[in-house]
Order: sequence, then C-alpha cells, then structure tokens
Amino acid sequence: MKFAVIVFPGSNCDLDMYHAIKDELGEEAEYVWHDTHDLSGYDGILLPGGFSYGDYLRAGAIARFSGVMDEVRKAAEAGKPVLGICNGFQILTEAGLLPGMLMRNKNLKFTCGTVSLKVENAHTLFTNEYEEGEEIRIPVAHGEGNYYCDDATYQHLKDNNQIVFTYAEDFNGSRNNIAGIINERGNVLGMMPHPERAVSDLIGGTDGLPLFRSIVKQWRESHVSHA
Amino acid sequence: MKKVKVYVTLRESVLDPQGSAVMGSLHKMGYDEVQDVRIGKYLELVIGDSERDVDALVDELCNRLLANTVIEDYRYEIEEVVSQ
Repeated sequence: MKFAVIVFPGSNCDLDMYHAIKDELGEEAEYVWHDTHDLSGYDGILLPGGFSYGDYLRAGAIARFSGVMDEVRKAAEAGKPVLGICNGFQILTEAGLLPGMLMRNKNLKFTCGTVSLKVENAHTLFTNEYEEGEEIRIPVAHGEGNYYCDDATYQHLKDNNQIVFTYAEDFNGSRNNIAGIINERGNVLGMMPHPERAVSDLIGGTDGLPLFRSIVKQWRESHVSHA
Repeated sequence: MKKVKVYVTLRESVLDPQGSAVMGSLHKMGYDEVQDVRIGKYLELVIGDSERDVDALVDELCNRLLANTVIEDYRYEIEEVVSQ
C-alpha cells in the first residue's frame, strides 16, 4: 500500500509519519509537497502534524487552500483513507471535510505528554485492529486541540458513531473529551493525539501501530479480489 | 479604493478561555466592574477599485477565510480612501 505524506510549509511530524509507515509498518510512503496537483497514484493520504503556515489566522486555515487540498478532497470523495493528525486534523476541519473546529486549549497551554485514549469505535477502517472500549496510550502535543461543535453536530456525530477516540479524562476542554472523529462515510479520520509517535518500544510504546495496521488490513482485504 | 476594517470575534455561545484569563487578571488588579472580556481579531484590508459589490466581496472573504463561522462572528466597516 502506498501512502502520501503531505508536507506543508511548517509541517514537522512528516518525518515521524514517514518513519512509521516505511520502517515500522513496512509499507510504501512518499513525501508530497503541498502544491502537488495529482494524488491519484496513492492509496492513502496522511496529513501530518506541525504548524502549517505558522498557524497564522487560525491553525489550518491557510493550508486548507493549498493546491493539494483539492486532491485530498477528491481522494476523500473516492473513498480513499485520509488521516489527519494534530495540525492535519485542524486542516481537515477548516476544509470542511470534518465537522467542528479545534480551539485553543481550555488552560491556554501547549500541552505535551502521553495520554490515555479510549477507542470508542473499533469498526472503522482506522481502528479495526483495536478492541472496542480499549484504552491506549498515545503521545499528544498541541495548544489548539479543544474540539468544539454545536449541539446538533454533536448529536449527529454520536448517532452515527463518528466519535472514534476520546480522552480518558478531560485533557484540553474538548466537547465530551473528543480526541478523534471520522466522517460519515468512514474514510476520513482526524485526531489530535499522535499515533505515529507510538510505533516502537524504543520510543515509549506501540499503541499507535494498530491504527496503521488497520488501514493496511482494510486496504488489502478490499483489493485482494482484484489481484 | 476602500479600506475595510474587519472584526472577528468568538460567538457568544463559545467559551473564550483567553478572555476569561484576562478578566481574571483585571479582577485581581481590582477592576471588579469588568463583567466580561472577549478577545477577537482585527484586520484591515485595502480593496482596489472593482466592479464587484464590496459588501458581497467582503462577506465572501470573511466566510471563506478570515473567520471560521463554526465558532466566530464577523462584522466590518468600510471607509473610502481618497488617493493622494
């Protein structure tokens, strides 16, 4: 399976993402610059963390108009897996590919550490290698991860099982401790925590690996019939 | 040419942690009469002569980029700029 790691000016988790895919997962990955206008050769799209365009105006607000984002939208519409982590999540909400918005953390601090997440939905293409309700330990590092949406949107997310990860306890003020959500179709996931930083015991844990394995497993299953 | 002053503020229904922190500080300083603080953004745009309706244009700019209407409201003022 071949992944595109989209690189915006100011991305800084692109190397971690590349390493996770290439070295830990053993799949193909390529860096793709933000002005690329063709993503048709990739099976999965990864939007890494960082501070694209310096987080000017709002986190993700400017990156959302990058040339590559039309292609990301097309990939999403084609049903390809699109994963946005941290700043990638912020870009996906700004682009309207996911509902809601990431606001400044409630305590106004940039918070860095490892948190416990609960897998709320293990029936997505990103989480089928987890158990439903499983608690996993994943690194976080953000100042603007406070997920906000209005009541109607929250109800909609809940009714459709679109809440995929929650913080085990209140971490940044996010509505109902939401840490990650998926689109209605189930192929676009945004999350603030960093699974790509939890792929080896050397760096403190492997709880992020099943997420990437899930994507590959799903892809292999849906492509094996064409082989 | 027109100068457009755009004010972007968090919606009333959205908690403003920065505003709350500033209000806490003002209260500590003894300004108990301050009842609320909301922090927003102020942008100045200079718009060249155009056939487009300037209100429609500014609304479009605000909705597409300058404000995120999920959590923010905007308002603006337009001033004529007399070129020298």
